[in-house]
Amino acid sequence: MGVLGDAWTWLVTGSNWSGEGGIWTRLTEHLYVSGVALGIACLIALPVAFLLGHLGKGGALAVNVSNIGRAVPVFAVLAIFMVSPLRSAGYVPTIVALVLFAVPPLLTNAYVGMREVDRAVVEAARGMGMSGPQLFLRVELPLAYPLVMTGLRSAAVQVVATASIAAMVGQGGLGRIITAGFNTYDTAQVVAGAVLVALLALVVEGALVLLGRVCSPLRKSA
Amino acid sequence: MSEQNCLVTNDWICGEYLRSRSQELTDATLQHVGITVASVLIGLAVALPLAVLARRHKRFAGPVLGLTTILYTVPSLAMFSLLLPLFGLSSALVITGLVLYSLTILVRNILAGLEAVPEEAREAARGMGYGPWRLLWEVELPLSLPALMAGVRIATVSTVALTTVGSIVGRGGLGNLIEDALPTFFKAQVLAASVLCVLLALLADLLLLGLQRLLTPWTRVPKARREPLRDRIRKSSAAVEAG
Repeated sequence: MGVLGDAWTWLVTGSNWSGEGGIWTRLTEHLYVSGVALGIACLIALPVAFLLGHLGKGGALAVNVSNIGRAVPVFAVLAIFMVSPLRSAGYVPTIVALVLFAVPPLLTNAYVGMREVDRAVVEAARGMGMSGPQLFLRVELPLAYPLVMTGLRSAAVQVVATASIAAMVGQGGLGRIITAGFNTYDTAQVVAGAVLVALLALVVEGALVLLGRVCSPLRKSA
Repeated sequence: MSEQNCLVTNDWICGEYLRSRSQELTDATLQHVGITVASVLIGLAVALPLAVLARRHKRFAGPVLGLTTILYTVPSLAMFSLLLPLFGLSSALVITGLVLYSLTILVRNILAGLEAVPEEAREAARGMGYGPWRLLWEVELPLSLPALMAGVRIATVSTVALTTVGSIVGRGGLGNLIEDALPTFFKAQVLAASVLCVLLALLADLLLLGLQRLLTPWTRVPKARREPLRDRIRKSSAAVEAG
């Protein structure tokens, strides 16, 4: 209990929240790189997944990209960026790494969602004379929505986790509170930082579950 | 001579590095493999009873799946750091963290496998007088092996990758080499350790695929059936020729 008490004390100490390496600065960095990376990843992955899913092509690519993403260590990719010339480009190495790891879950889930739309429904829509874009917007997209949101959630959780690992190669974000604690043998700070990172991930996951429910096109009108 | 220089010029690929540090690379790889194997085996030993419990008693299914999903959401760096007060700087810390991650994948896959066992097979076994444990051991588990092995493969591949984060407490296998190389921007070491890590994941996946084939010979039956058929046709055509 001693360590948890110390961690709590560290968390409620005002001076730990302010300043250049304070919690607010690190949280802002974390949310900034995560948000930008998730946005870019969506812009890359979703159109590709929707197009491939609509055409029914490239299934092997969409599924394998996710398997490869799992085998590549986040830490190794970040480290490779940090020993390359990219290291002097501010947040760029982190954002590129985050995008790389957010694309696979987005792509695979959106593709599978599109392909799992009942073929009979698609045929019926075609029979009603719907054009390709109409079919996509009015039938395929609404029915694929749950899996698209699942992909978005896994991507967001992955991005938040990866952004914390960025601290291990000296990049900003909440993970820095943890690594700083390790460097000064301050277990209380390590645990406090870990609680913050874990909470952020759970809050992001929870918020996206809510967002998914609120925006659902199949939601029954109250 | 030029190979000697690649350490000085800090090239990405350096034969001299691989030669002179082969011992270091081997040790790190062995630590990596050891941590991964221990994590997946313990994960399996914990996940199996959890999945069986969730299958037998529906009211456990929700909490078990919910808890393992929450654990999976916690970022690895935070997970290892939260375990620090309990384990100190040790391999046990890294292995515990990795076990907790593998649980999500393993429990889900084993449960899916158990639920996919055909009710007819269960009924037949019960009719033959199988008790619940014998039913589980001799009918349900063998039939859910493909799903279980699929889970083990996913869990192993992601565990190999996640082990690198263990370098935060100095027990990250190849991740340690990556971290050591960062302050001096030692490119050859970062790249070699990273490539080894990916190769290790791919090799583990292939080995497990082979193991799965060995353990589930009945999934190969369709292929085996095709050959006798071809033989039969050949024999019958031979008979026609003879006749």
